Amino acid sequence: MRCVHVPNGFFDAPVSIGAGVVAAAGIGLCLKGARRELDDRTAPLAGLTAAFIFAAQMINFPVGAGTSGHLMGGALAAILVGPYTGVLCISVVLLVQTFFADGGVTAYGINVTLMGIVSVAVGYGIFRLLMAVLPKNRSSVTIASFSGALVSVPASALAFVGLFALGGTADLSLGAVATAMISVHVLIGIGEGVITAVTVGSIAAVRPDLVHGVTLTPAAPLQLRNDADLPVDTPAAGGVSA
Amino acid sequence: MGAGHAHPLYRAGTSGVHGLPPQCKLVAVVAFVFAVVATPQEQMWAFGLYALLLAFVAAFARVPPGFVLRRMAIELPFVAFALLLPFVAHGPRIEVLGVGLSHSGLWSAWNILAKASLGAVAMILVGATTEPRALLLGLERLRMPALLTQIATFMLRYLDVIVGEMRRMRVARASRGFEARGFRDVTVLARSVAALFLRSYERGERVYLAMLSRGYDGRMPVLNEGTATVRQWTAAAVLPGAAALIAVASWILAP
Repeated sequence: MRCVHVPNGFFDAPVSIGAGVVAAAGIGLCLKGARRELDDRTAPLAGLTAAFIFAAQMINFPVGAGTSGHLMGGALAAILVGPYTGVLCISVVLLVQTFFADGGVTAYGINVTLMGIVSVAVGYGIFRLLMAVLPKNRSSVTIASFSGALVSVPASALAFVGLFALGGTADLSLGAVATAMISVHVLIGIGEGVITAVTVGSIAAVRPDLVHGVTLTPAAPLQLRNDADLPVDTPAAGGVSA
Repeated sequence: MGAGHAHPLYRAGTSGVHGLPPQCKLVAVVAFVFAVVATPQEQMWAFGLYALLLAFVAAFARVPPGFVLRRMAIELPFVAFALLLPFVAHGPRIEVLGVGLSHSGLWSAWNILAKASLGAVAMILVGATTEPRALLLGLERLRMPALLTQIATFMLRYLDVIVGEMRRMRVARASRGFEARGFRDVTVLARSVAALFLRSYERGERVYLAMLSRGYDGRMPVLNEGTATVRQWTAAAVLPGAAALIAVASWILAP
């Protein structure tokens, strides 16, 4: 159960070129948007986040029945560093993977469109939508990021099926492709949702400012207790933590 | 950090292919792959010629075939998918060893396998003869937005650091007896991912401050324009030129 990058020759030329134009326009838009999100800090922060996504994709998660899957990270990146920077990070990861011959040169536009633009737009859109209606606390962040990541994966599979209907080179019935792609990706999406939710939840516990676009209501402030609150006859400690 | 951080993908050498400026190689490989993708699948001889062209380039660059084949392993999941196609595709069936295979499915499998493999080999050859850093420089010289190449540069520069950090976390988990067995262990791994993100992001913040203190103003200094000469462009055009001739011939000969 691994997400496979589209190689050369899977889609015909018009679809590859069309998706390339969409991807170029999307990346152009995101370059402007990322400047707004991060200004001068864009290059180092987005670069390190891209390196993180690349590394996180190498971690295999057991999903049961002896199979394992890995994170795709579109929704995760968008929730943590913002949608524009998120698309840039995914695009750069895909670009470097193209250097490693993972994913075709002519299919780069398709890969960016599916795994970058569609999954980030859907994942982040759902996340923000839910956060707008849910109370602003950590459990809502967990629920919203689970839902966003869960839907983002089948959404990008659906976009794949759409492109396949336009210009797939294999002679398969569209219904079969749609059923197979979407049912498999709903399962992958559940895994992606759980991983994203736990990851975002633990980050929100430490650095709530890193959950993008959401200001969480702070938890109860730390209380200082003085000696008067402690029971009087505490047995002498072992002298370890003096 | 420092010297000696070359990627395992890269094979240092002094051949003519190594010496070409990266932007020439990038344009050449993209043009070559487009020629391959545009070739009708029925013209099998054309794909043979493409493979021969790549073999010549590999020999000229002194990249051993075993190296290329090992790197091809990245394509394996897709090969599995392509091999499935003859069984699930539509259309008239033909008998092969008593199994009914779809005629068009066989063609699709061949089409995808041939084109994906040729593209992968071409890219592996570029990667083997060009450092990743130089590839990004090439992209920048081809007018790719500077911000994008900067992000990619930072990613490549810190990739080993982040992956090393991830490995140390795995060792730490393992030395405490953790082994990912079932779905419930996902939470442990996801918390590691969270810690990895925080460490990466905070490293990014420190890198940014270090850059600011050295006078960073949003742009990286260009140290070397590195314009390619006409001769270098001509040398780089040999492979895609030959491929384009084959592609045109395959179209003319197509029924």
